[in-house]
Amino acid sequence: MLKIKDVYKTFNPGTPNEVRALQGISLTVEEGSFVVLLGTNGSGKSTLLNAVAGSFPLDRGQIVLDGVDITDWGEHRRASYLGRVFQNPFSGTAPGMSIAENLALASRRGLFRGLGLALNSGSRREFRERVRSLDMDLEDRLDNAIGGLSGGQRQALTLLMATWLKPKLLLLDEHTAALDPKTASKVIQLTEEIVGRDQLTTLMVTHSMQQAVNLGDRIIMLHRGQVAYDFKGYEKKHLQVPDLLALFDDLRRTEQIDQNIAELLAAEYI
Amino acid sequence: MSLLVGAISIGLVLTFLALGIFISLRVFKFADITAEGSFALGGASAAILLVTGVNPFLATFVAVLSGFLAGMTTGLLNTRLKVHELLSGILVMTALYSINLRIMGKSNVSLLNAETLFTPLQRLVDKMYGPEAYAIILGWKVSSFDLAACLGVFLVAVVIAWLLNLFFRTHIGTAMRATGDNPQMIRALGQDTNTMLIFGLGLSNALIALSGALLAQFQGFADVQMGIGMMVWGIASLIIGEALIGIRSTAMSIVAAVSGSIVFRLLVSIALRWGLNPNDLKLITAVFVLLALALPGFLDKIKRTEGRPSA
Repeated sequence: MLKIKDVYKTFNPGTPNEVRALQGISLTVEEGSFVVLLGTNGSGKSTLLNAVAGSFPLDRGQIVLDGVDITDWGEHRRASYLGRVFQNPFSGTAPGMSIAENLALASRRGLFRGLGLALNSGSRREFRERVRSLDMDLEDRLDNAIGGLSGGQRQALTLLMATWLKPKLLLLDEHTAALDPKTASKVIQLTEEIVGRDQLTTLMVTHSMQQAVNLGDRIIMLHRGQVAYDFKGYEKKHLQVPDLLALFDDLRRTEQIDQNIAELLAAEYI
Repeated sequence: MSLLVGAISIGLVLTFLALGIFISLRVFKFADITAEGSFALGGASAAILLVTGVNPFLATFVAVLSGFLAGMTTGLLNTRLKVHELLSGILVMTALYSINLRIMGKSNVSLLNAETLFTPLQRLVDKMYGPEAYAIILGWKVSSFDLAACLGVFLVAVVIAWLLNLFFRTHIGTAMRATGDNPQMIRALGQDTNTMLIFGLGLSNALIALSGALLAQFQGFADVQMGIGMMVWGIASLIIGEALIGIRSTAMSIVAAVSGSIVFRLLVSIALRWGLNPNDLKLITAVFVLLALALPGFLDKIKRTEGRPSA
């Protein structure tokens, strides 16, 4: 389904702010698989998601989705294949426009937008139905501006919008990190429902070990822009939070050893 | 009274300027100074075609098209060549000054002997009521032609405002509004925001050029300097209209742009009548816009300071 081949990305190359975010990462995701991406800060999780979404050009490598090489496609062109939910609840919706108008925009993701009216009684009925399914009492507020809603409500709507037309791949970038625990669990529950119902191929970045353990059928742990661990099937099912924490400790320790050695070498030779 | 009707007519002609600025400044949040060049461009290209005897409708259409191209150029500079927003407008505006001079061949063109959009109207009124006809409004004499012109421009303004409102409710129109509201979101939903901006600025400047073309025909001449200060003029009109009408929906914002344009022109003509020096007009307009921009924040600050418990 999704093939990421030997992808490199360095931000601000040649400056003091140089960040080597992706360092030759390769990854294959099967159709219908729900992959949870874990990793320390700066490990490249979000960068990987943005690389798939086309937010920036790659330095090297190739991204193939459903047999099509999309490496050189712009962000908006890839959008016909992708559903995206961002970490910031304000990123996924247009605040000055009504709920209905936002949904109307989502209902034509990747399609031609012509001179037909965006809202009509038929589309309104459909919007009402599906917004009701969120169970957030938003179905009677379709004409209210989205900017007046809470972060959780906006994130739930963004999820609905991202999956309104079934995407080939759903990208969730820490989409509950900015929410309070109760709202976060509500959004996670919606995620499970929607992904399960439509059998969506999903890439989810999270910081929550609990989410990683509870959700999905594969855990990939990134470190320094590469895949450090990859668990699927039986292994993934039996992986628990303490196991994941232990792996994180391992990675951190290697990091420290690396640093110690670097300092030692520096002291010896420079 | 005749003066008042004239002021309303010009206010209505400048409605298209306000609508154009509404698109760039409010929909895209893009301070597009191309307006000053495309306003004069509309006037210049319509005028030169009219003196050579081209059909007034065709001449006006060509003027609108030229404004569309000017706006698209600014959009292209900003999106494809990554020129800063304000700078891309300034570059096109400056280039247009020379282009407008080239188009007209001199700094102004008189339309007194040319056939304009208002000529058939004049003929019609003359035929129906005679050349000296006038109406009495509130006890004042108003020439029938002035009244007819005012009504004609009013109808065009209403139709265009209505069409614009309709456009902003279509699929492509909502995508355009979303481009200004949250570009990241609409890109993730498959819309190329660059194309939207280029097209939107084209639309904005097409309306502004229409305003310039109509003004040239209404006042009987086009001048290369007619665009100077029009950006601030348009913003002032928007601010007044928004204060009067509100901005709760796109439809209301459009009505606000139209009515603000008329009210502002009326205020200006009253001020001029009272003895305001026309040379001071741009200064006063600029100060007015500055006050409207700065006052809300300033009042907020005072309120916060008052609310603070005294030490």
